[in-house]
Amino acid sequence: MITLNHYLVLAAILFVVGVTGVLTRRNLIVVMMSIELMLNAVNLTFIAFARYFNDMTGHVFVFMVMAVAAAEAAVGLAVILALFRNRETVDADEVRVMKG
Amino acid sequence: METMLFYLFAGVAVILSLAMIAAKKPVTSAVCLVGVMFALAALFALLHAHLIAALQILVYAGAIMVLFMFVIMLLNLREKEGLAARHQIVAQAAGVALLGALLIPFMTLATLEKGPLSAIAPERFGTTAAVGELLYTEYLLPFEIASALLLAALVGAVALVKIRMR
Repeated sequence: MITLNHYLVLAAILFVVGVTGVLTRRNLIVVMMSIELMLNAVNLTFIAFARYFNDMTGHVFVFMVMAVAAAEAAVGLAVILALFRNRETVDADEVRVMKG
Repeated sequence: METMLFYLFAGVAVILSLAMIAAKKPVTSAVCLVGVMFALAALFALLHAHLIAALQILVYAGAIMVLFMFVIMLLNLREKEGLAARHQIVAQAAGVALLGALLIPFMTLATLEKGPLSAIAPERFGTTAAVGELLYTEYLLPFEIASALLLAALVGAVALVKIRMR
């Protein structure tokens, strides 16, 4: 029998994997993909709770998260493109303008 | 049957997400992430969220990941990445472990009557008609704000990339 907790544990695992990606990878594109993974993990908790309470508000929330994720991906990738044009790199360690 | 499907897709999602952050090439990461999206869409369908499952494939696997692929191909990077920044590896491991430890109490906290999901979903639960009705009545304002946000992101992305072209 699959309970709510199964889904919550799975979502937590996926979220931590996403955080690990953000913290350990230096390629900015992979970092952004890890952020998408974290958003997806949160979506899974929303849907699981919506099913648990039989309340579709969670579905509306996931809809909004998807819209925000699409906007974030478009703007973020545009920033990465602009960065690559200026600096010829997408390595997070080599972008240190504000470090002095 | 449901148990089997859950463990199948959960395993696929976890393994592919680990492969995503471990892969050397960004293209491999992107393909793994598409696999994770599909597994999650299957889990959404298991939870009777049919509209969201379809949107997951259309929007995430279809649109967002294609955008990532385009940028990866456009940049055509030379590979020079190891998995972790060596000098910070202790701080990184500590951060991840701390976050994991923080999440465990939350999960035990959420033991709402051990949460068996009710066997039968209500009629119309998660269908396009039902979610759409909710979106266009109770949540009309957030829906409109989301459309404004998407328009702003579209204009912003074009402006950001175009500004350097002479």
